[in-house]
Amino acid sequence: MIMKNIGNDHANPQNSAPLYEALARYRADRIVPFDVPGHKQGRGAPELAEFLGSQCLSVDVNSMKPLDNLSHPTSVIKEAESLAASAFGADSAFFMVGGTTSAVQAMIMSVCRSGDSIIIPRNVHKSAINAMILCGVNPVYVDPGIHPDLGISLGMAACDVSSAIRNNPGAKAVFVNNPTYYGICPDLTRIADMAHSAGMAVLADEAHGTHFYFGDGLPISAMAAGADMSSISMHKTGGSLTQSSLLVMKRDKVDPGYVRTIINLTQTTSASYLLMSSLDIARRALSTRGLEMFGKVCEMAEYARSEVNGIGGYYAFSGEIINGGNIADFDVTKLSVNTLGVGLAGIEVYDILRDDYGIQIEFGDMGNLLAIISVGDTRYNLERLVSSLYEIKRLRGRDGLGLMDHEYIPPVVKISPQEAFYSPRRVVPLSSSVGEISSEFVMCYPPGIPILAPGELVTREALDYILYALERGCLVMGPQDMTLQNLNVVK
Amino acid sequence: MELWYTEEHTPTVRFSIKVKNQIVNIRSQFQQISVFDSEEFGRFLTLDGLMMLTERDEFIYHEMIVHVPMAVNPSARRALVIGGGDGGTVRELARYSGIEHIDMVDIDEMVVNVCREHFPGTSCRLDDGRVHLHFEDGLRFVRRFENAYDLIIVDSTDPFGPGEGLFTREFYGNCFKALSPDGILVNQHENPYYDSYSHAMRRAHRRIREIFPICRVYQAHIPTYPSGHWLFGFASKKRDPLSDLDSAAWESLKLTTRYYNSDLHSGSFMLPNYVIEQLEDAG
Repeated sequence: MIMKNIGNDHANPQNSAPLYEALARYRADRIVPFDVPGHKQGRGAPELAEFLGSQCLSVDVNSMKPLDNLSHPTSVIKEAESLAASAFGADSAFFMVGGTTSAVQAMIMSVCRSGDSIIIPRNVHKSAINAMILCGVNPVYVDPGIHPDLGISLGMAACDVSSAIRNNPGAKAVFVNNPTYYGICPDLTRIADMAHSAGMAVLADEAHGTHFYFGDGLPISAMAAGADMSSISMHKTGGSLTQSSLLVMKRDKVDPGYVRTIINLTQTTSASYLLMSSLDIARRALSTRGLEMFGKVCEMAEYARSEVNGIGGYYAFSGEIINGGNIADFDVTKLSVNTLGVGLAGIEVYDILRDDYGIQIEFGDMGNLLAIISVGDTRYNLERLVSSLYEIKRLRGRDGLGLMDHEYIPPVVKISPQEAFYSPRRVVPLSSSVGEISSEFVMCYPPGIPILAPGELVTREALDYILYALERGCLVMGPQDMTLQNLNVVK
Repeated sequence: MELWYTEEHTPTVRFSIKVKNQIVNIRSQFQQISVFDSEEFGRFLTLDGLMMLTERDEFIYHEMIVHVPMAVNPSARRALVIGGGDGGTVRELARYSGIEHIDMVDIDEMVVNVCREHFPGTSCRLDDGRVHLHFEDGLRFVRRFENAYDLIIVDSTDPFGPGEGLFTREFYGNCFKALSPDGILVNQHENPYYDSYSHAMRRAHRRIREIFPICRVYQAHIPTYPSGHWLFGFASKKRDPLSDLDSAAWESLKLTTRYYNSDLHSGSFMLPNYVIEQLEDAG
């Protein structure tokens, strides 16, 4: 039995994984299923069982007494969530099966009501703006700043947050990315202090920050910095299955019972035990081996950076860009590479890597690409990535490419996202949409940060940026018209 | 008691050698290294359970991977061997007095140490003054060089494991860059018979053909490798392996060989129809 050698160190409760253990018991007990799912431990779906493995399907089950219930946890899920809370230095934790999107939405809806406002960086993930559409919250955008050479958006500078707080004393919360997709962190401790002094809650999007809780020498985590709630994509760098996430929180400003109620508004009542057990197993691995795992990840990322920087032309940036303002810290596990020096856009290198070299990286934008390094990587794979970058430079390199000199495009919010979303709309050609109020999102994906959000004026700058991104081959999405010929605007 | 070494050439085909005793069984940072002694093949080395060489038939592989390119360019001076930790390829190269410099890059120093101790017949020239050993990833080593070698020999394991990077497009491209304007790249090219190997063979051929103007395949018969029929890839920037064969120059060196000769050189490029078809279908 697998369970034998695991969890026998009872001195450390983090060595146990109650939900995983309950599932293993369920499987060993050979329960006769006259409940859903209808594939009945995989026997009714042989093709699926062959593809995913019958081991996997045998624990794809529904909630039942010995396995607890995610919407009302009283036993093994409750224990597993409580172990997760203590692993992350939080008072409460919630297993989320709708991705970090659902965690971000639950955070915002837990502290804001219709008509409230929230201070939020512009480079926020669309899930946060979707939450505002759902519950009628008004955004107060803070300019996160754009790096002049790299062209990436940064973190909110503490002084900018301070003036946003001063100008919007009624705002309910400050929302923070920790870190951004590129690994940029704001001064979260200071921002949390300022927000709390003004009576506002602090919500963190840590979709890319799971490892901050376990590694050494990494930026401060939201819970340690004093944030009230955080959404954590365990599946991104923590080792759980895609779509499984955590919402963790402190109890000072928010009541966990209310948060559970909010989560249950939209969460499935058939939560996947595959996803939930993966959270339990990943949490145990992180608490017991996380330090070692992320030490290795940092070492691999550092190695890759020095090799990439040795090629010439590429710039794999790191902690040297920290400036004490809108770059308060940098996540060194991210392998972010600026490609303009070899005359190629990041998205071009991204495409060449995949099409010609069979290497899939996380994303490419105008000037950069991002490779995620994790405990699942090997030196061999890093060597392949570096060698391919050599080849791409040799075969496709051009003289340095000038980045479109785009400043921050300040969003002009005319009406709330909710109002714009539900207003009567009409369709106009994208090219002649300047001056209209957009009723939909337009964004490059990834990273999924809006260029336009519902309720915002279509400005010349915003339109030019969209057209430039399309021309460069970025995946621009959001509008109903997937060809981007037309845009829905408020009537 | 009978002791047999068994290698699964496919999930349903096995190849076995009766073993007198196991001499080495250690795990390096990269792979499981084993040495056995047998009646029929003498000592043999396996990595991760796959046959690398036997004392009795290694001459076929090593002569074919070295003398074919050397007979096409007998004036080659600088050579790079990637893999080849047993030393057999270096041994054959070191027989050419025109060779001035040999870099050998193997990721696993432990393999070299085991071979030095247990395979003196192949590792005997590793201490030649012209030979420089580097223990690192071949993919990493080669990408730094430009116009540095007349000959690169890829004497690697199969493309499943530490050797995988040596079958990639980026590796072949890096080799192209590291070769001189009339440089030659030779690599072990798997077997054409069993599906898993022939798939790797076709993919390697396709990738090399995209990069090198001249790209040919030749063959040898190696009793202990899967199917016994083994291919080598010959890629070059200028020299054609048949029309540029300089047999007179090669003969004048008076090297004694047990497998290779000038007639066989040309013959080894004459492939069976089913192999020709596979190579043409490589895409």
